[in-house]
Amino acid sequence: MMSKNDGEIRFGNSAELHGTKVQIPYLSTEKNSFKRMDDEDKQQETQSPTMSPLASPPSSPPHYQRVPLSHGYSKLRSSTEQMHPAPYEARQPLVQPEGSSSGGQGTKPLRHQTSLIRSFSVERELQDNNSYLDEPWRITEEQREYYVNQFRSLQPDPSSFISGSVAKNFFTKSKLSIPELSYIWELSDADCDGALTLPEFCAAFHLIVARKNGYPLPEGLPPTLQPEYLQAAFPKPKWDCQLFDSYSESLPANQQPRDLNRMEKTSVKDTADLPVLTQDVTGDDKQALKSTVNEALPKDVSEDPATKSGLLPPPPALPPRPCPSQSEQVSEAELLPQLSRASSQAAESSPSKKDVPYSQPPSKPIRRKFRPENQATENQEPSTVAGGPASAATVKSHPTVQKQSSKQKKAIQTAIRKNKEANAVLARLNSELQQQLKIPKVFIKPNSQRKKEPLEKRSHTKLSKEEEAEEEEEEEEEEEEEKKKHLLFFCH
Amino acid sequence: EISAWGSLVARRERNLRQLYPTGTSKVYGYVTNSKVKFVMVVDSSNTALRDNEIRSMFRKLHNSYTDVMCNPFYTPGDRIQSRAFDNMVTSMMIQVC
Repeated sequence: MMSKNDGEIRFGNSAELHGTKVQIPYLSTEKNSFKRMDDEDKQQETQSPTMSPLASPPSSPPHYQRVPLSHGYSKLRSSTEQMHPAPYEARQPLVQPEGSSSGGQGTKPLRHQTSLIRSFSVERELQDNNSYLDEPWRITEEQREYYVNQFRSLQPDPSSFISGSVAKNFFTKSKLSIPELSYIWELSDADCDGALTLPEFCAAFHLIVARKNGYPLPEGLPPTLQPEYLQAAFPKPKWDCQLFDSYSESLPANQQPRDLNRMEKTSVKDTADLPVLTQDVTGDDKQALKSTVNEALPKDVSEDPATKSGLLPPPPALPPRPCPSQSEQVSEAELLPQLSRASSQAAESSPSKKDVPYSQPPSKPIRRKFRPENQATENQEPSTVAGGPASAATVKSHPTVQKQSSKQKKAIQTAIRKNKEANAVLARLNSELQQQLKIPKVFIKPNSQRKKEPLEKRSHTKLSKEEEAEEEEEEEEEEEEEKKKHLLFFCH
Repeated sequence: EISAWGSLVARRERNLRQLYPTGTSKVYGYVTNSKVKFVMVVDSSNTALRDNEIRSMFRKLHNSYTDVMCNPFYTPGDRIQSRAFDNMVTSMMIQVC
């Protein structure tokens, strides 16, 4: 039980605790199963008191991984290559002494050790697809295969959606309570359209599995379960191509910036080195994402740099070259340490780049849920924002055009979704009202006949569903009023 | 009151109507195209609230409500337990107060 409570605490506490807690135990263990997560939780338990003095600024839970990573990277600048092989082995002895000497070590050595650990954890993660920073919330390959197969059993086309009712029937089989399932849905349906895409479905399934294994549900969708992250982290050629060709509603905005990034990359690559490229792309990412995300949620400036940089790995992972792009992604990640040495600006951008797998949180779902917290983080990340726009000055015009079209598309698609839902609701209400009408029918036959004819006539015409329902309901309301009058008459 | 709702519905007005001004509080109503009604009671002492602010609050409510409706595990008529919805309402109330 203790581990579970710590799990809850883990997700509810501030970033510093998170950053350190999460990274160290996970790095010291090479695991992939849920059972071992309990051990990690226990490790966190013992280490939590020691980790607090670390110098990561507090921020909301969704950001907890990003912030420590940025610190790790700034320190990485000073001491990277030499440390690379040794500290990873040294991590294990480091972990235990930190755990045992709860108050013994001073903040500085702790900080140094943890920063080293962080920096290598970052590299390890990028190179190792199954890294362990968010252990219970990271989907392994086998799990992914399983989820994808389950998805296919419900919906043969992996690039399409599973409707809400189908998913509801399926997830109800998990025997979790309805409120919990409702909450899991709320977490995983990132775009709130009442349907699950493949990444959303995997996130939902993963949350259900975690819950069944005893893990408390998180406050917000963990970064590794974000749809964008899942797409980037598990690019399968067939899946990718289909997704990219036919993906419409769920990721139009993300696609646009990704296209942008790719274009920017190809153009810049021809002329400059990769270091320059990544810097520019980061800047572009920032600009592009800034507008597309701002369109959805105008408030959050702080998360933009991280979000935009978060686009870096996804572009390489997307068509037209899914496989080589993935290796690009990895090589890019390795180059990033070198980049960070290049300039101070790179230091700002690369940490946020490193945050890539984790920086997806600033995208919509988390923002919607954590707006008040976002305001707090806005204050803490002004520097990164300042760094971004400066580098993006030159290439600003290009993203703006595509930004607007993606904005419009997104707006249209959200409108479509909302209308669909309104239609569904109207249909439901309609049927309810019709049922209600049937009961007092006896008293008001003449009136009901008169009213029914126009109703039926209208149902045959080609009105939109909404208007129909509206008019029918209006008439039904009038009918009801008349009914009431008649009833009163009868009573008297 | 009923007549006020009726006129809201009949005219297909989706906007707010001041339904029932009492001495101590103002009541605002908002009806959606799916006949879902939102009612807001505001203390009269809060004179800073203008019409368009109320309208935007109702719009936010409506948007969050449609998001709640998208959840297949939510059946209309249930008490809303969505965290996103609660957060939105809380933030709105904090803004006003």
